Amino acid sequence: MQGYIVRRFLALIPTLIFASFIVFITVRLIPGNIIELMLSQNDVSASKQTRDQLEAALGLDTPIYIQYFKWMAGLLQGDLGKSLWTNTPVMEEILYRLPITFQLGMMALLVSLLVGIPIGVYAALKQDTVGDYLLRTLSILMLAIPGFWVGTLVMVFPAMWWGWSPSVRFVTFSQDPWGNFVQLLIPALILGKAFSAIIMRLTRTLMLEVLRQDYIRTARAKGLSVSTIVIRHALRNALIPVVTLVGLQAPLLFGGAVILEQIFVIPGMGLLLLEAVGTRDYPTITGVFLVIGVAVVIINLLVDLSYGFLDPKVRNR
Amino acid sequence: MAEITTDTGVGVRPALARKPSAFLEFFSRLFREKPLGAIGAVVCLIFLFAGIFADLLAPYGFNLIMPINRMKPPSLQFWFGTDNLGRDIFSRILYGARLSVIIGLSAALLATVLSILLGITTGYLGGRFDMIVQRFVDAWMSFPDIVILIVVVSVVGPGMPQVIVVLGCLYGIAGSRIIRSAVISVREQSYIHAAQSIGGTTPRILWYHVLPNVMPPVIVLFTTRVGAVILAEAALSFLGLGVPPPAPTWGGMLTGSARNYMYLAPWMALAPGICLTLVVFSINMFGDALRDLLDPRMRGHR
Repeated sequence: MQGYIVRRFLALIPTLIFASFIVFITVRLIPGNIIELMLSQNDVSASKQTRDQLEAALGLDTPIYIQYFKWMAGLLQGDLGKSLWTNTPVMEEILYRLPITFQLGMMALLVSLLVGIPIGVYAALKQDTVGDYLLRTLSILMLAIPGFWVGTLVMVFPAMWWGWSPSVRFVTFSQDPWGNFVQLLIPALILGKAFSAIIMRLTRTLMLEVLRQDYIRTARAKGLSVSTIVIRHALRNALIPVVTLVGLQAPLLFGGAVILEQIFVIPGMGLLLLEAVGTRDYPTITGVFLVIGVAVVIINLLVDLSYGFLDPKVRNR
Repeated sequence: MAEITTDTGVGVRPALARKPSAFLEFFSRLFREKPLGAIGAVVCLIFLFAGIFADLLAPYGFNLIMPINRMKPPSLQFWFGTDNLGRDIFSRILYGARLSVIIGLSAALLATVLSILLGITTGYLGGRFDMIVQRFVDAWMSFPDIVILIVVVSVVGPGMPQVIVVLGCLYGIAGSRIIRSAVISVREQSYIHAAQSIGGTTPRILWYHVLPNVMPPVIVLFTTRVGAVILAEAALSFLGLGVPPPAPTWGGMLTGSARNYMYLAPWMALAPGICLTLVVFSINMFGDALRDLLDPRMRGHR
């Protein structure tokens, strides 16, 4: 098992080097030179000399491949470079932002599992009844409603009717755990909306498959109650692919978080990326991109490893 | 029989001559077995129609600013009200439907063609080529769509052609997996072995034998991609990275300066979102019905 983990990590390296290289080059192609952008904020008529000095100070005067190798050398020491604007290490900024996005994603995931699995099981047990049909239609509707629209409505209507709107001043978990939870709850519910529909549909399909197996018939013939059969026999086997889905859809949660962070002004990875793209902060864009990629791959690896706990067939191999 | 009823030439195969009736039969099945899917198809057609004939249907221009009519609530004169600049929201929704139709159809078409090219070649050829391409797809898919979109669009700049190409490539690469797995199951069928043993060239086998047999997933993929692309474009425009204003994109109507006025004119927040939801919901209902009708093996899967 350990050998497997090590191999998985080694296989990861070329992918990430390739991805980092592409991103490193790509972000520098964003139109609108950062030097121009910086100078335009301070001194429009900057001379060629100031321009060169600024370029050198930011380390942008060397050829791009040298910049890349320097950046790679730093990366090996856990250094993602410094923000071109604030001069703070990118790693520091990301370490502050990542837990916030992660918390939002986990809360959304929890919401979608709590909603999706029971409804999926119910729909499977009542296959082809009116209830099943309505729930399936509802799940397609949930996938169709754009999260950013719901977010907009939440910002507008409660403020109009009751004078209440979600706070845009972010409180961290350490400052005020309850306030932090309440603040992230609405975005998490919106983010979990589409995801719970996906989980519900998959759970339903898998339950239908499992419920037709011989061992379920045996359990039924033994006289076990429906709830025991579902919980102890059927659900356990049906849930394994649901875990895979959670891993595969991790990028989807991240992606949804980007938009909701923008609406609710949550200082997570998504808002950081949008700000960095706006200000052409190359090291930050590259850093965010790389960290998201690594996070997704690690989540997938954890999902793979969790099979061992969930599926005895894999455990004993 | 076919040769008698059609005189289009020697090359016409009977299967093609029978196609119109098969088409009709399919639609009658759709209406009988999947009424909701049929309703979805009808709603899609209405929006398609609205988009195509926006010029004739819209009572006002999409960017006609009427300063006296700023933020008027929905009325007989302005069905969906007016926005903060005094533009008729109903007209903007109609022109927005045109943009969504154009972007949705062309990006989904591009994505589907790309998925077919990648999926068929990797699935059929297999081996090292497949392995290398799949690692690339893996790397591609470990990044969230929206993150790739934000970075790429900020490089190529906002605009309709860019958005179409970027969304087409994005969904094309991800969708190739679905076509690939369909091709792999087709590859081992005896009619493919037969075609190989009588000396059919690879392009010929791919075109005449593999492609027709993976058409059901291809059609379903295309349909659902249209909905996904429309949503993604709306999200991009919402972030200010899609088609730039004053183009009346549905996503763009919910963002920018409009957000400051929604408290005073809440109808500005309603119409674009409702239309987006309705269109995407209809497309997905239709896509779901198609999936069930075309391919019994995929029944119930998402």
